[in-house]
Amino acid sequence: MGKTVNQRAWFLVIPVLILVAFSSIIPMMTVVNYSFQDTFGGNEFFWVGLEWYRELLHSERLWDAFGRQLLFSFIILLIEVPLGILVALSMPKKGMAASICLVLMSLPLLIPYNVVGTIWQVFGRPDIGLLGRTLSDLGISYNYSQNAFDAWATVIAMDVWHWTSLVALLCYAGLRSIPNAYYQAAMIDQASRWSVFRYIELPKMRGVLMIAVLLRFMDSFMIYTEPFVLTGGGPGNATTFLSIDLVKMALGQFDLGPAAAFSLMYFLVILLISYVFYTVMISADKDEERS
Amino acid sequence: MASVTLENLAHSYRPNPGEDNDFALKEVNYTWEDGRAYALLGPSGCGKTTLLNLISGLLTPTHGRVLFGDEDVTASSTADRNIAQVFQFPVVYDTMTVEQNLAFPLRNRRMEASYVAERVARIAKMIGLEADLKKKARGLTSDLKQKISLARGMVRDDVNAILFDEPLTVIDPHMKWELRTQLKSLHREFGHTMIYVTHDQTEALTFAEKVVVMHEGRVVQIGTPKELFETPAHSFVGYFIGSPGMNFIPVTVAGNIIQMGDRTIHLAHDYGTPSGELKLGIRPEFVRLTKGDGLPIRINRVQDAGRHKFVNATLFDTEINIAVDEGCEIEADMTSVNLDAEKISIFCDDWRIDGKSAGHVEGSAT
Repeated sequence: MGKTVNQRAWFLVIPVLILVAFSSIIPMMTVVNYSFQDTFGGNEFFWVGLEWYRELLHSERLWDAFGRQLLFSFIILLIEVPLGILVALSMPKKGMAASICLVLMSLPLLIPYNVVGTIWQVFGRPDIGLLGRTLSDLGISYNYSQNAFDAWATVIAMDVWHWTSLVALLCYAGLRSIPNAYYQAAMIDQASRWSVFRYIELPKMRGVLMIAVLLRFMDSFMIYTEPFVLTGGGPGNATTFLSIDLVKMALGQFDLGPAAAFSLMYFLVILLISYVFYTVMISADKDEERS
Repeated sequence: MASVTLENLAHSYRPNPGEDNDFALKEVNYTWEDGRAYALLGPSGCGKTTLLNLISGLLTPTHGRVLFGDEDVTASSTADRNIAQVFQFPVVYDTMTVEQNLAFPLRNRRMEASYVAERVARIAKMIGLEADLKKKARGLTSDLKQKISLARGMVRDDVNAILFDEPLTVIDPHMKWELRTQLKSLHREFGHTMIYVTHDQTEALTFAEKVVVMHEGRVVQIGTPKELFETPAHSFVGYFIGSPGMNFIPVTVAGNIIQMGDRTIHLAHDYGTPSGELKLGIRPEFVRLTKGDGLPIRINRVQDAGRHKFVNATLFDTEINIAVDEGCEIEADMTSVNLDAEKISIFCDDWRIDGKSAGHVEGSAT
């Protein structure tokens, strides 16, 4: 078989290589470059080695933001995943009602992030907002710009409002893919509603749920726009999540070096946690398969 | 166990059915006797699954009644009817083990643990799932999964009937035969009433004692495989059963003499002077190739199908098939056919009509 070896096909990859280089690799390497240097402006840079990394790892400010970030992601996953499943289960299965429901459910997903923040900022204002005003009229003291707990509650409510639909729609798709025969068999076997959920619906939703959890984790871990518009990270630093902190450092204080080191570590943490998530879920799946 | 009676049963998926064509299942009256094996045979979309779902209670009929024994179950839920159903695709609870799958219907009915264990062990042994009891259901092959769903139905000792909805569709060909054989022996051993829906005539004819043939929402014939083959009540049965199906040749009939092209044939029976569209029907197996004696044909092609050769020929502008035994040579001067007069059926507007001196002809419906 005298096959001609022709390596010229590699040239066809060049356009995409250039695209990726300019959109990700070069900017990323610039950040890497910054993270090892210090500057006092005037485009003069000094090599500082691992100094920024060392400093950041001992910075209380960063660890606090990291802790808040983990807590936030944990809480919204805890609310959005079960709530999304519940919504998906109670959505109509076919007909006009199903279509209307789907459109309504997708609306929050289509709203630009900063508009979501603005909506909730107005909604929660104690003087004119529907929510804030109602609560204060009811005699409940509520002020998201002064009380840390209120701020957290509002940010979480906003995220749940914004993103539960995504989980619900994914689960809905998973549910719709279950053939009717399963429900009929369950009826014949006299399975309870809980059994139907536990042994038919949940196993069939497993795949989409994994994707939902992963997406929601990554997104919530990188959340910036909505809490920034709503609380600006306040009161104090109460809702300053990692990315808000990062922007403060990079643009507010213009500490390019530490901010670069910060973003690289941030990136690695997300990568690491997502990887662990993914591996654990995949291997749990394989264990099921094997046993 | 009980017999299943269908009384004026009909079903339409439309809200206000008017004419006949609105009905997915047109009116049917029949009693499925206790402990027998039936097959519901027909092409896709003929209403056989509708009929099955009416019996199992997954659908409520537009009108008519379903009785199990003497009890009217038309309004009862599927669970109350105490039937088992095996679906087209294996329906198993993936995350459970085989054992848990079998125990599931019993546990849901709050049976005692010792009874459940004993029952599961017994059924597993019967169906040949013993070795797999501890395995998770999801990793198993589809024939094993189909066995699980069958076993899940049989694990209750009080099932009224076991319904099969094309259960072998996704099974590998070499396993089909084995499962079918096993079904038959389970039926012989336990005598459940079994109703088996299929579009495969081989499956229907080998499995069932009685075959119900459906066509366009109507039950056209109920009979033994032999009756369906020899005396089809409707031209559809003739065409659908047998491979290739019955030959149909347009004719005119007067008494026991039929006119076909420019020839006349004398029949064994007297049909009077029926009015309507008349056709002569004869199976390829009962047409014989001859040298010059009989009706003239032109041979188009010969197909070897193992035990038979099938000759496709033209007889008075109508294509017919002739079955020739493997041993027989087809010679160049074989240009005529003889029809076995005893085996000729006459159809008037697609329904079989009986000749006067006919012996027993059963199962015709109008």
